[in-house]
Amino acid sequence: MDLIADHISHRFGALDVLDDVFFTVRAGEVVAIVGPSGCGKSTLLQILGGLLRPGKGRAELCGAAPAGSLNPLTFVFQDFALLPWNTVEENVAFPLLHTSLSAGERRAVIDDALRRTGLSDFGAAYPKQLSGGMRQRVGIARALAVRPAILLMDEPLSALDSQTRELLMEDFVRLLADGSMGAAYVTHNLEEAVRLADRVVVLSRRPGRIREIVSIPMTRAERGAAGAREQLATLQGELWSLIRKEAIDAEREVQHA
Amino acid sequence: MPSARSSMLDRATPETKEQSSETTRPVEFRGAGFAPVNSRYAGWIALAIVLAVWQLAGSAGWVNSLFLPAPSAIAVAIYKLATSGALWQHLSWSIMRIASGWIIGTIAGVIVGFAIGLSTLARGVGITFVSALFPIPKIALLPLLILWLGIGEEPKIATIALGVFFSTAISVYSGVDAVPRNLIRMAQSFNVPFHAIVRRVIWPGALPSILAGFRITSSVALLLVVSAEMIGAQYGIGAFVLQAGNLMQTDQLLAGVVILSLFGLAVGKLINLLEARLLHWR
Repeated sequence: MDLIADHISHRFGALDVLDDVFFTVRAGEVVAIVGPSGCGKSTLLQILGGLLRPGKGRAELCGAAPAGSLNPLTFVFQDFALLPWNTVEENVAFPLLHTSLSAGERRAVIDDALRRTGLSDFGAAYPKQLSGGMRQRVGIARALAVRPAILLMDEPLSALDSQTRELLMEDFVRLLADGSMGAAYVTHNLEEAVRLADRVVVLSRRPGRIREIVSIPMTRAERGAAGAREQLATLQGELWSLIRKEAIDAEREVQHA
Repeated sequence: MPSARSSMLDRATPETKEQSSETTRPVEFRGAGFAPVNSRYAGWIALAIVLAVWQLAGSAGWVNSLFLPAPSAIAVAIYKLATSGALWQHLSWSIMRIASGWIIGTIAGVIVGFAIGLSTLARGVGITFVSALFPIPKIALLPLLILWLGIGEEPKIATIALGVFFSTAISVYSGVDAVPRNLIRMAQSFNVPFHAIVRRVIWPGALPSILAGFRITSSVALLLVVSAEMIGAQYGIGAFVLQAGNLMQTDQLLAGVVILSLFGLAVGKLINLLEARLLHWR
């Protein structure tokens, strides 16, 4: 199933946020969306996920959702969005409560999602008892439980420390390895973009327009090798050169706002 | 040149204090204070001291027992009230009025509060009315309610219900407003139906504010029941306190006040238990 951003524009009041953004997330593909602060990355993701109506254009799906998918477009949130009054297991079960799954099927799905995210021993814990990284794992387990076709990830690692970020990036690489899920991955971190994405959509500063779409010429498995680090660093540098001036202008704009 | 497998980390040995040739001095501690801690016994000890001084003042004749009876006299008055059955008679009437008024006011307040928190139309209309009527002292409406509802229990219960209603409605819609929007968006992103979002996200999210509201409304109910009973009732703690005052039976009067205080403390403890049970996740 493909997800298409079809010439999306949006404004909040008098503020133009997005201007004619057009690209496609193909089935099984990971597309990173990067750009300066305030360029409308998260707004774009909300529009793609149906949480916000765009001013112009629209988000479209093309092709059938994979068999068994309960929520083809599934968010992973920056702040985890866990229900603090529910245990880990209840949080993972939350999106399944109103589906047609039987109790046995639901149990199996929850166990599988917890196992894939390394949370099998933490089902009875409450979010407040977990570290930031473990909380985000719960958010990922909850997303996996509904068997998404495309994950919509809104800076999923930005609230975490750098070591936890490294560990979770490895988890993402593993979860995305079989190509059964695609992802639109919003980030301000270019290292994450070059490590995880097949293509990187570079947005200009506000109003966000597509400045460039860059392909990463390596498989994700190849990127994990020690020899690939230099090439990834070069790619990261090239992306930064595309964004740097706009990031400086955007920062000054924010300071003067 | 090191091989790809060899480490490039230069592992230096940790420095020790002895390696430094200069004399050292400890860093001054500047982080004291601003961290009050609850003491388990301090409150009880302070209470005991106050009671002892009060008792001493009464026994020694430093204060006139008509104006301020000693704690022992108040305890005797409570004992006599309890053994005569009068305590239960007055207390049961007050509890019946508080419970009826509180339940009616709470149910109405929760419904209206949720409506204001969830519906644009209800918010537009509701907040105007609630804001305009909330500041009115509800006891001032008792004579009007007696005119409407007659002499009996109804106007007293209605006064309590009105007092409870406004505080509950405000705490409920404030609680609904305080539920993090990201949790609601998360539920929507999983296509969770509206009623399930209300039940599983908004209700538990608003519960801390709702329970804080209960703490306030229980005090409001106690205040109003005493006031209403002083205006027009034969039985009830408020009526008892007023009668005792009229007869200059200050030991009985203060016995009534102590009973009211104990009743308020008991309700507070009950709400503490509810919070511990329902908000254990905080």
